[in-house]
Amino acid sequence: MLTLSQAINRALRHGLESDPKVLVMGQDVGRSGGVFRVTDGLQKDFGADRVVDTPLAEAGIVGTAIGLAMRGYRPVCEIQFDGFVYPAFNQITSQLAKLHARSGGRITVPVVVRIPVSGGIGAVEHHSESNEAYFAHTAGLRVMVAATPQDGHWMLRQAIESDDPVIFFEPKCRYWSKGEVAETADDPLVLPAEVARTVRPGTDVTLLTWGSMVETCLAAAAAADGEGRSLEVVDLRSLSPIDTDALVAAVARTGRAVVVHEAPTFGGLGSEVAAMLSERCFTSLESPVLRVGGFNVPYPAARLEGHYRPDLDRVLDAVDRVLAW
Amino acid sequence: METFQLVSPEGVLADDPAAADVDGDLCRGLYRDMVLARRLDAEAYSLQRQGELGLWLQSWGQEAAQVGSIRAIRDTDWVFPSYRDHAAAMCRGIGPEELLAQWRGVRQSGWDPARHRFHLYTLVLAAQLPHAVGYAMGVQRDGADEVVMTYFGDGSSSEGEANEAFNWAVTMAAPVLFFCQNNGWAISTPTSAQYGAPLHRRAAGFGLATQLVDGNDVLAVRAATARAAAAVRAGEGPALIEAVTYRMAGHSTSDDPTRYRSGAELDHWATLDPLERLRRLLDDRGWATPGFVEELETEATELAAEVRRVCRAMPDPDADAMFAHTLAVETRSQAAERAGYAAYTASFVD
Ligand SMILES: Cc1ncc(C[n+]2csc(CCOP(=O)(O)OP(=O)(O)O)c2C)c(N)n1
Repeated sequence: MLTLSQAINRALRHGLESDPKVLVMGQDVGRSGGVFRVTDGLQKDFGADRVVDTPLAEAGIVGTAIGLAMRGYRPVCEIQFDGFVYPAFNQITSQLAKLHARSGGRITVPVVVRIPVSGGIGAVEHHSESNEAYFAHTAGLRVMVAATPQDGHWMLRQAIESDDPVIFFEPKCRYWSKGEVAETADDPLVLPAEVARTVRPGTDVTLLTWGSMVETCLAAAAAADGEGRSLEVVDLRSLSPIDTDALVAAVARTGRAVVVHEAPTFGGLGSEVAAMLSERCFTSLESPVLRVGGFNVPYPAARLEGHYRPDLDRVLDAVDRVLAW
Repeated sequence: METFQLVSPEGVLADDPAAADVDGDLCRGLYRDMVLARRLDAEAYSLQRQGELGLWLQSWGQEAAQVGSIRAIRDTDWVFPSYRDHAAAMCRGIGPEELLAQWRGVRQSGWDPARHRFHLYTLVLAAQLPHAVGYAMGVQRDGADEVVMTYFGDGSSSEGEANEAFNWAVTMAAPVLFFCQNNGWAISTPTSAQYGAPLHRRAAGFGLATQLVDGNDVLAVRAATARAAAAVRAGEGPALIEAVTYRMAGHSTSDDPTRYRSGAELDHWATLDPLERLRRLLDDRGWATPGFVEELETEATELAAEVRRVCRAMPDPDADAMFAHTLAVETRSQAAERAGYAAYTASFVD
């Protein structure tokens, strides 16, 4: 059993060990091991050339990572908190995402940008945002979210091995949660990065979710079970691309779906999922696809985050509504 | 560039024209500001440890840089702070409730910026610097006799926006004074790993009128800031002050500084403490009269009690507060979302 942060640390360690071109870079990732201790011990073992404490400039971190990648390196960047990625937004959306296409496939930019994401830790402003939609909306990036230590380890390894740029989200409220992590790549627990995972089978309603909300949906499913309702929970894992076939197959079985994410529902990825399902499952749907998420307001002060973040009750409320349709 | 100093660590006042206006009243006033700020800071730290605040970033050690600079500008001047500028905030009349609200997590900001001419804390590093420049451009256009001062850290100076702001200010001849508290560290990154050339040299390259000052010497900071502000006010163009100081505490209550810096360094800076330095001068000159010392101790004790009281008394906000002020005029869809959530929460009552 490893915590999510330990599992990610091991994936980084594996990357550094197995490929001399892999670099870890970011603010405070070296001596201090990062503000969440995810890179703990790596600089000690691999040196300051490979685990690089950078100046305090996000555009610089991603911009220089792109240059390093063009030179054959595989940088794994850390952005300290979700709300601090925006200074790098230009480098990510206009450069990182587009160089492969612009060069007619001649240039690959195997950069991973790791971002602790979402709320639930009582943090001050800019430290709790769920901003995955900005990146999923940008063609040319792969976007992944690790909800479990298993994915924190194996999906990050896949991200590092990918020749495409990857935005890799880590729900910070899960950093300290423990889970099983497969020892070897041939373990059936190790899924390809693009595949959605059915975390809990069920027959009445499908909950489609990711990141910080997977645990909330599992709790809702457990509670519903007591009332004789069988909820299926699917963790999307990859937000770009989305494993649409798996989602369509699941919803075709249950006929009812609720998308649950922490980001605001307005313009959130749940809207993409709901639209896709209405296009592809129209005849098998017994009710509209509902979305449960944050509100169309800035992430609130810490003492209000319990209202902002979807919880078990709000998920079950939506389940009631799709069942009552 | 030599570091400007007026009071030696031993508390000896230099024979310098810049010290011509130094007297007992001035020193007692500055000392009082620093003592009260340190007390509030220490109290807030313990409140965080007791779970009353979510987070606290200590200003401990940086009182002279903040008090000396803010006391050197006029009350009509504007300030764009960073986030650890509690001593400066207090000098602008911002009270404990206003200062602690954000860190308790009951609001996203504590005070009315216009009332104190002290803008909100900015947690996204360096973002306040272009704001200060733009605000100063407005002052310029309004023909107002105001200076805009903005605080930032050594680490923040690496952000692109900081360097854009420096360049912009000079290009526009904006009446802005950049005040860097170089406290040696940006979380675990020492200034030596942050930049190759010292900030004051870089700033001079941008064309900013630059001074390097001992940030733990409140009289030197005050004199340097007064000089810079006067030049900015006179239309001589923007200026930058690099004040060399030290972050005595961890970066925040979530940080463990023993992972990356030595106790010896901390011990060294403890000998340069800004409060003790001024206290030595006060004692030397007989300016620290028993009445003053006693009154100040009482005042600090009362402040500490008030900090504890107002902190614990802050109620949790209503959920509805989350929906307020997203836009100047609430949209219909937002109003519907707000009403929907109110109806939803009401459905749980009874
Ligand atoms: C854009 C941005 N990136 C990263 C952070 C995370 N962070 C908060 S404080 C800090 C260090 C700041 O150092 P400095 O500017 O020297 O100010 P100090 O904290 O020393 O007062 C970092 C990296 C942030 N707040 N904003």
